Amino acid sequence: MAVKKFVVGNFDDEAVLFPAVKKVRRAGYKIHDVFTPFPIHGLDKAMGLRDTSLHTAGFIYGISGTATAVGFITWALTVDWQINFGGKPFFSLPAWIPVTFELTVLFAAVGMVLTFCYLCQLAPFVKKDHFNPRSTDDTFVMALECTDKTNEEEAISFLTTVGAKEVKVEYKETEWWLGRYDKDKKLFHKEN
Amino acid sequence: MALLRYESQVRAPLVDGTKDYHQVTEDICRPVEARPSKLWWVGFLISVALLIFGIVSVTMEVIYGTGQWNLNKTIGWGWDITNFVWWVGIGHAGTLISAILLLFRQGWRTGVNRAAEAMTIFAVMCAGQFPIWHMGRVWNAFFVLPYPNTRGPLWVNFNSPLLWDVFAISTYFTVSLLFWYSGLLPDLATLRDRAKEKWRKHFYGVAAFGWTGSTKHWQRHEALSLVLAGLSTPLVLSVHTIVSFDFATSVVPGWHTTIFPPYFVAGAIFSGFAMVQTLLVVTRKVLALEDYITLEHIDVMNKVIVLTGSIVGIAYLTELFMSWYSAVSYEEFAFFENRLNLSSPYGWSYWLMMGCNVLSPQIFWFRKMRRNLFVTFFMSILVNIGMWFERFVIIVTSVYRDYLPSAWSTYYTPTIWEVGFYMGTFGLFFTCYFLFSKFFPVIALAEIKHILKKNGEGFKNNMDELEGESTDEFGHKHGHDHGA
Repeated sequence: MAVKKFVVGNFDDEAVLFPAVKKVRRAGYKIHDVFTPFPIHGLDKAMGLRDTSLHTAGFIYGISGTATAVGFITWALTVDWQINFGGKPFFSLPAWIPVTFELTVLFAAVGMVLTFCYLCQLAPFVKKDHFNPRSTDDTFVMALECTDKTNEEEAISFLTTVGAKEVKVEYKETEWWLGRYDKDKKLFHKEN
Repeated sequence: MALLRYESQVRAPLVDGTKDYHQVTEDICRPVEARPSKLWWVGFLISVALLIFGIVSVTMEVIYGTGQWNLNKTIGWGWDITNFVWWVGIGHAGTLISAILLLFRQGWRTGVNRAAEAMTIFAVMCAGQFPIWHMGRVWNAFFVLPYPNTRGPLWVNFNSPLLWDVFAISTYFTVSLLFWYSGLLPDLATLRDRAKEKWRKHFYGVAAFGWTGSTKHWQRHEALSLVLAGLSTPLVLSVHTIVSFDFATSVVPGWHTTIFPPYFVAGAIFSGFAMVQTLLVVTRKVLALEDYITLEHIDVMNKVIVLTGSIVGIAYLTELFMSWYSAVSYEEFAFFENRLNLSSPYGWSYWLMMGCNVLSPQIFWFRKMRRNLFVTFFMSILVNIGMWFERFVIIVTSVYRDYLPSAWSTYYTPTIWEVGFYMGTFGLFFTCYFLFSKFFPVIALAEIKHILKKNGEGFKNNMDELEGESTDEFGHKHGHDHGA
């Protein structure tokens, strides 16, 4: 559990948000995250996030599906229990292509979705805070993490000048939790 | 107003009306948040009634065996496998729209993809029922899985197309479900954050998996969608190819042909689009989503129908040519006597198929017809009747007269329980669809917002002034602030 302090700017247009992200970063503020109602292409680059490796994971899962299918069928039909199907060779690879292909796709898809859920920490019953419920509707929310050195007043006025419609200081739990979140037992101390 | 993207005025808008993001959310969430209409209840209860009829029919079959159906020696598959192939085929349009059109960057898919994907999942669920209950002794259904057993272990036959089907259909269902649900997560989060009632907050809270809309999550989500689309594309082609192998790898005259895989895939997309039209023409009206599923969408899908219908037509003619060209008397008998000859016992079904699948869609060469909702709805039903008869023709006319003419007198008609089983899958399909349209947004919210500023009517009109600007002016006014 880690409750932190944030300066939160709400934008209503992604065309304003884009240059704002760049200016905020150039000014040296640390962007905790930007929450958007839909994917904005290039925003990850603008925020300096590295590319995801999910594709690579998918490739590895796919290959392991291929290997599982070929390996298992070969073992089952040529080693464990040989059956003569119409005089064809026991090792009849062309006939195994369909099952091999399906398992490749199945492993890749299931593996990737599970990895995606793990990386993003998504699961049924999991709860997370995303600052503004309108951020899944029409608001683009930029959260700046406050450190000891951050001058809040300055950050607020800076966000306003780069185009934020509404700027607030908020204390938020950044990790996921299950069940109710008890406000009274919050594990943080207000500095001011 | 600064613009991030620009599209020519030549292309029709994909979202009608002047809307902002919030309006889009309101429009699409309204049917979910409002109380269900009387019409919804009527439709839902009819579907449930059909489903119950189906359950009774299947129960009869389980208790008394497949003898409850009028299958006989030589016609072992009958209505059952006809329905199986028909439902699987219908599912294909959803994956085509969600995956293949994503790879081809077809913007119009955003209006219809969510509902079409849902249709895919429900159609595959219906399809799966048929081979399972057709087994007769359904309690042994797990024999199709390669599990260690005490009979050797005797493994399943990996060289058999029927086993390939098991893997193809189950993989197809799983991957479609994952693709659909991962796409739904952001939209469920929208519903969660809008929820007022306690149960709704809880329900959508659980369903949305704690989605926040973080930029990093979106980046991964985009990567996931793209790869799943890339996987689903060959997958959907493989599924109907493998279904066609059930026939094509046999040596039955009328089935033993190499044209089956492409011909089945084209037919699947054809019938699937017809089902999408049937559902969406009604859905857009009942849920007042005409601004999102526009005439433009209907028009484009009708173009796909006339294209795939004509491909299917070419395949029918090619089959006829090949049976003549083969100079095999059995092949010729199957095609020219059992199918083409109108006075043969099942000749009527062949010509019904030809009329519905090949001739009638040609009406869609006319723009006016493509944009007429009544014609579209009527045609979508006609096409699905035609595509059902295509599978019926393939299955029944190829085997009802085998090499033993004394057995020819048996004319196959279904019993009430066979019909009931089929009706029951309609019940299952529409029950699921009604529940889906009530509890989930039928249009991909986030994706519509993503294209809104490029394809929305209100934003496209603003682009008029841009057409006159020079590149320098445009870059100066609307650039991303690269220089600063």
